[in-house]
Amino acid sequence: MKLSKKMIDFANLVEEIDNTNKTNQKVIALENFFKNASDEDKVWAIALFSSRKPKGVIKTSTLKVYAAEMAQIPLWLFEESYHIVGDLAETIALVVPESENDISPLNLTMLISELKQLKEFDEIEQKKYLINKWNHLNYYSKFLFNKLITGGFRIGVSQKLMTKALANVTGIDQDIIAYQIMGDWNPETVTFQQLILSPSKEDFIFKPYPFYLANSIDKELDELGDCSNWAYENKWDGIRAQLIKRNNEVMIWSRGEELISNQFPELIKMGDLLDNGTVIDGEILPFKDGKIKSFNDLQKRLGRKNVGKTTLKNNPVILKAYDLLEYDNLDIRDQNYFQRRKGLELIIKNLNNNNLQISESYKINNWSEVKIAHSIARKNNSEGLMLKNKLSIYRVGRKRGDWWKWKVDPLTIDAVLTYAMRGHGRRANLFTDYTFGLWIDYNGNRELVTFAKAYTGLTDKEFKEVDNFIKKNTIERFGPVRSVKPELVFEIAFEGVANSSRHKSGVAVRFPRILRWRKDKNSNQANTIENLKSLINE
Amino acid sequence: MKSPLLIFNQNGIYCPIANVYIDAWKPVDKVIISHGHADHSKYGHKFYLTHPNNVPIVKHRLGNVNIESKKWGEKFLINGVQFSLHPAGHVIGSSQVRVEYKGDVWVYSGDYKREDDGISTPFEPLKCNTFITECTFGLPAFNWEKQDVVMNNINDFWKECKSNGQTAVVFAYSLGKAQRLIANLDLEIGDILTHGAVENLNEVIRTFKNLPKTHRITRETKKEDLIGNLVIAPPSTHGSSWIKKMVPYVTSSASGWMTFRGARRRRAIDRGFVLSDHVDWKDLLRTIKDTGAKNIVCTHGYKDIFSKYLNENGFNAFIENTPFEENEIIKEND
Repeated sequence: MKLSKKMIDFANLVEEIDNTNKTNQKVIALENFFKNASDEDKVWAIALFSSRKPKGVIKTSTLKVYAAEMAQIPLWLFEESYHIVGDLAETIALVVPESENDISPLNLTMLISELKQLKEFDEIEQKKYLINKWNHLNYYSKFLFNKLITGGFRIGVSQKLMTKALANVTGIDQDIIAYQIMGDWNPETVTFQQLILSPSKEDFIFKPYPFYLANSIDKELDELGDCSNWAYENKWDGIRAQLIKRNNEVMIWSRGEELISNQFPELIKMGDLLDNGTVIDGEILPFKDGKIKSFNDLQKRLGRKNVGKTTLKNNPVILKAYDLLEYDNLDIRDQNYFQRRKGLELIIKNLNNNNLQISESYKINNWSEVKIAHSIARKNNSEGLMLKNKLSIYRVGRKRGDWWKWKVDPLTIDAVLTYAMRGHGRRANLFTDYTFGLWIDYNGNRELVTFAKAYTGLTDKEFKEVDNFIKKNTIERFGPVRSVKPELVFEIAFEGVANSSRHKSGVAVRFPRILRWRKDKNSNQANTIENLKSLINE
Repeated sequence: MKSPLLIFNQNGIYCPIANVYIDAWKPVDKVIISHGHADHSKYGHKFYLTHPNNVPIVKHRLGNVNIESKKWGEKFLINGVQFSLHPAGHVIGSSQVRVEYKGDVWVYSGDYKREDDGISTPFEPLKCNTFITECTFGLPAFNWEKQDVVMNNINDFWKECKSNGQTAVVFAYSLGKAQRLIANLDLEIGDILTHGAVENLNEVIRTFKNLPKTHRITRETKKEDLIGNLVIAPPSTHGSSWIKKMVPYVTSSASGWMTFRGARRRRAIDRGFVLSDHVDWKDLLRTIKDTGAKNIVCTHGYKDIFSKYLNENGFNAFIENTPFEENEIIKEND
C-alpha cells in the first residue's frame, strides 16, 4: 500500500481517519477537509457520512468476477478472501495489483458523476472503465472508489463527528446542522450554501426534526433527585416515527430517516385531519381489538410496496404519541416537556381518532411506584419505561441527563452454538457471527434446531477463545459457514418471543444477543424449543 | 509408494528412519529447531540441534539445555538420513531443514520470508521433492511492499510524532521484528528506546551481531527521554500501565495482520504498518516454484484454501495440522 501524497482529497481524508484511533484527530481531519475541499465535494462527503449513498451501478457479483480476473485468481479464491477480509471494497483493493503511477487526482463529485454515467454504458465499456480505474488508483483511492460502487459507507466516522467538524468550521450550532441535514435532499443538486450556510425556509418544510434519544439509566432512581420533577411513560416496542402535517401534506419519517408514509395509509388518513404545521413524535404500534400487539405483528406491515386491504384489516396500526415538536407552524422544541405534552393531549382529544393515541405520562409520587410499573411493563407489551424530566426541552440526538430509558430485563435461554461465520469490520478474520440451536424432539430423537443468530455480547477475549474452538472443531464447511461440534452453551438474551411460521423452529425472537458463556453447562443441559415457547406472552 | 520421510504425529514433525523430531511441540529425545520463537522451540526436549546464531536465543529462552549447533549447509547424518540447515530469512538464526534419504529430498521451511531484511540471513531456495511450507499469509489479499517503503513510512510517522511533541510507539514481536526495525529505522530522527523483553533479546543478539544502539526503558527513564523518540515494545504491553506512562504517545503496530483495516481497529491502535516476517502470496507461489517440488505440505495459516488452490494448479498438496497455528495468531495479536 503506497501512501503517496498525491491523492484526491476525500481519499486523503479517509486515510487520515484510518490512521488514528482518537476521536479528536478524526474531527481535525474532517475539519481540514471541510476547510479545503470544493463545495461540491463537501456536500457529497456530508451525504456519504449520513448514509446517503449513490445507487449501486454494477452488481457485486460482476465486480467479483472482474476483480478475480485482474488478480489472476479463480473466483472461489476471491470469495474465500472476501469472507476473511470481511469487506468487499477492501478485498478488491487488496487483491488487484498495485499500480505504479496514479492517474491525475480526481474529485469526489467527478468520480460519482462518472459512476452515474456508467449506468448508460454497455457491459464491455463498464468493464473497461473499472479495470482502467483499478489499474491506476493507489490503495486508498481504490478502496474509496470501491466503497462508492458497493455502497455502505461505514468507515469509522459517525454522523455526530461529521456534524461536529462542520459546526467547528462554519460556526453554526451543531444541533442546527443536524437538523439541516435531515430528510430528503439530493447531493447532486443541492449546494453547500443551500444545505449548510444559508438554507431557505422552504427547505425545512419537508424535513423531520432530529430525534431526541435517551441513554440507558446507569444509576439508582433516587440519584435522579426529587421524583416530582420527573414523569414516566412506557417505552413502546414499535417504530419510532415523526408524523408531519405541513402545507396540506402528511409525511411519516422513521428514526432511521426513511420516508415511510406509503406503508401506513391509515396514519396518513388520520394525519390529514390534523392542522397544518403539526409534528408529532411517537411510536407506530400494531393494535387490534383494543390491545397493543407484539412487534412480530408489525413486521407483517413492513417492507411492502403496496399495503393491501386484507393486511390493513388484519394488522392495523396506531401512532402512540410521545411528544409534540411543532404546533401551529411553530417549532416548540424549546418549550418544556410539561408544556409540550399539554399541547399534545389537546390535539389528540380534539382529533378523537382511533389511530392516534397518547402514550400516557404518569406523574411520580415516589420512586417505588416506578419500580412496580417497571416490573409489569412486559405484560403491557412495553419494553420498559422512559423517565423524562418535566422541564426538559426536546434535544437533538442522544444526550444524557434529561431523558432516561429503563428497559425490562431481557428474556433468556441457554442455547448451543451450532454454526459460525467470520465477522466483518473490526471482527474481520475472526469467527464472531454465531447461530444457536435449542433441543427439539423428532419422533423420539433429540435434535438441535436453529432459533437465533447473534453477534454481540462477548468480550474480545471470549470471542478469540470461541474463534479458536471453532477452528479446531469444525465439522463441515458450507462456503463461509462452518458447522461446529455442538459443545458450547451460551445464555442468549432477547426482548420478545412470538410464534412464527417463517422459522423452522416455529418461533421468532427479537434482538437476540449473547448474555454470557455458560462454561458450567454442557450441550445436553441446554434448553428446548418447548422451554422457549413457554415464554410467549399472549 | 515409499513411506514418507517426515510425518506429523502427536509430538511434532518426525523422521521415523532417523528417529528425530523437528520443532516438536511435546517433549522428545532429539529435536532439530528451526528458530527461536516460543512455539517452535519448546521446553523439555533431551537434546537440541539448531543453527549457531539460534543457540544463545534458545538458551536465553529455555535456560541451560543440552544443545549443539550446525552451520548452514553443513551436512550431517542421523541413522543414515542426511540433514542440513539452510537460511530461512524469518528471524536471526532461523533455518529451513533439508532431509535427504536414498535420493528423496524433503524440505521443511519453518517460518520464512524472501526479502532480505538486512539482519537475518536471506532465504535460500532448495530443490526438493516434497516441500513443507507455512502459509500464515496464504491468501491473495496479502502482498507486502518493499521493506524500505515501509521503513520510510515508519520514519515519517516517527518524525510526525516528534514534531507534535509525542512519543512514537511501535508494537513488534521481541524476537525478529524488533531487531528488524532497529536495524533499518533512521536513527538520525532520534533514539530508539526498548521494553525490557526486547532489550534482553537485543543483548543476546549483540553477542554475535552488531545492532544499532538502543536504550532500555527503566524506572529511571524520564518523560523527557521519551518524547520525540521511538519506543519498541511487545504487543502485550498495549493498554498496560507500563505504556500509559509514556503519554503523550501515538501507538502503531508492525505486522502482516495490519493489512486488514478491521484488524487494526480491533486492536485499537492508531497506525498499522504492514511488515511481516512471513512470505506473502506472491512469494509463497514463487518459492514453491523455486523448490521444484510436486508434493506440497501446507501447515499453519490458510492451509485449506491454499492447498485447494495448489491442487487446482497441478500440485499434489496436503494439509497437516500443527499447534503453531493458534500460537501464530496469539503471537501477532497479543
